[in-house]
Amino acid sequence: MNEARPPAPARRPPQAQAEPALPANLRRNAPLVPTDSAASRALAAVIAILTFLAALCAGAAEIAVSSAGQWQGSVSREVTVQVRPGAGRDIEADVRRAEDLARAAPGIVGARIFSKGESEQLLEPWLGTGLDLSDLPVPRLIALTLSPDARPDLSALRAKLSEALPGIASLDDHALWLQRLSVMANTLAGIGIGVVLLVLFAAGLAVVFATRGAMAGNREVVEVLHFVGADDDYIAKAFQSRFFRLGLRGGALGSGAALLVCAVAGLLARAWRTGPAGEEIAALFGTFQIGWQGYAVILFIGVIASLVTGLVSRVTVRRYLR
Amino acid sequence: MSAGKNTGSLLSGAEEPVVRFESVGMRYGLGPEILSDLSFEIAPHSFQFLTGPSGAGKTTLLRLILLSVRPTRGLVSVFGEEVSDISNNALTALRRRMGVVFQDFRLLDHLTTYENVALPLRVQERAETSYRAEVVELLRWVGLGERMHVLPPLLSGGEKQRAAIARALIARPELLLADEPTGNVDPSLARRLLRLFMELNRLGTSVLIATHDYGLMDLVDARRMVLGEGRLRIET
Repeated sequence: MNEARPPAPARRPPQAQAEPALPANLRRNAPLVPTDSAASRALAAVIAILTFLAALCAGAAEIAVSSAGQWQGSVSREVTVQVRPGAGRDIEADVRRAEDLARAAPGIVGARIFSKGESEQLLEPWLGTGLDLSDLPVPRLIALTLSPDARPDLSALRAKLSEALPGIASLDDHALWLQRLSVMANTLAGIGIGVVLLVLFAAGLAVVFATRGAMAGNREVVEVLHFVGADDDYIAKAFQSRFFRLGLRGGALGSGAALLVCAVAGLLARAWRTGPAGEEIAALFGTFQIGWQGYAVILFIGVIASLVTGLVSRVTVRRYLR
Repeated sequence: MSAGKNTGSLLSGAEEPVVRFESVGMRYGLGPEILSDLSFEIAPHSFQFLTGPSGAGKTTLLRLILLSVRPTRGLVSVFGEEVSDISNNALTALRRRMGVVFQDFRLLDHLTTYENVALPLRVQERAETSYRAEVVELLRWVGLGERMHVLPPLLSGGEKQRAAIARALIARPELLLADEPTGNVDPSLARRLLRLFMELNRLGTSVLIATHDYGLMDLVDARRMVLGEGRLRIET
């Protein structure tokens, strides 16, 4: 130590001095709240696990909703005319008449008559195979394909069919099925959102307890910060910054793992699609791909988990200091 | 730096005391009163020692001035502001005008010596480049130029002491409170630190040093505030 007079920095602006050479390993702006502790790592792990579960749940809901959307799309592009056999009537003639009426209606771009054999095949799941159904009055179906551009007037078609073939032909626009499908899709989406919210709430509670623990563990840091002139807002920001970084780490790990699981599941589903089980899975879940929206939702949940962590820690610290 | 600046007092012309105690009493919980009927003032630009036997209440008196505890009775004014109903914002503003050296240093173990010393400027949300030169210059002056990247657990007792003093001085406080600031250093360094405090006082800072080192006090002709059995006696 030299014997020079003490420095009086107030008397000369720092900008006027040449910047002194500093040690290369000098750290100058480390976080004010210690970050590397077992509790921090545990909290990051909890946030990662909760984010992973929330993201998987959101991904599953997205698959269900998009699959339901695909079903709805394909179902709503078709309507069915049912022609019942009538006593003393030629059902083939009735079917052709109904087909002519349907084709003549505006907005109908295609009609496919299910043959007698095909109609009987449709009953096989309920009646079994190898039966002679020729004596049964099996109704016949005509699948009509609707134009994607113009919505046809199905009420008018229904009226025409009733008028031309009263009691014989009827039109089924699948409205009931579509309504049920819509309810199911909305329910799945609602359950998904509910679970995600619950998981985020649980993450928030975990952060509250972790923040309180961190405040108690860093009581001396808080006290020193107060003594050197830090206000509550500054201290809250320091804790928020620490917990936001923890949340970001946990959220990135959790959503990253969820993205990986979804991607691997999609690849596996594609690989297994060739087998009979794969076909059933594909029929149920489409291609088992969550699409860019699903990936975006998973990333969004990771970001939200980080933001919730930062925000909750800030509020907790402000309340603690009050 | 100008000590004793206008703090909004009605007493125009006269400089406001930096600290004023009027019949202050202090007890912890339901325990006995450890400070009784303390009345004194600390004038701007003044230099004084606070002394007394161990357990006499020196640290408690410093904590009262630092506003980390509130008196159980009496009035405490700091920089002209009566502190019984002070808001958090006003409290922060007052603390930014004080520097404090704790007996146990209170350095943050996870921050380097440089970061510890820069802390009072950092919490004012100043850019690091705006104060780097000041911090480095002060660190070099107190003999820690080669230790600025070291964490406090690796510093010796004397080095910690000097780091704590540098932290108290870096924001050019109007009032410096030091609790046994020379307790862990050899006599020659103690004299150097004392000269540092006197130089600061010459530049306008009011200084209150709590110590029971009579050898140190004999080096300076300064007012002595002697605490004993909870009461204060002023020796000039």
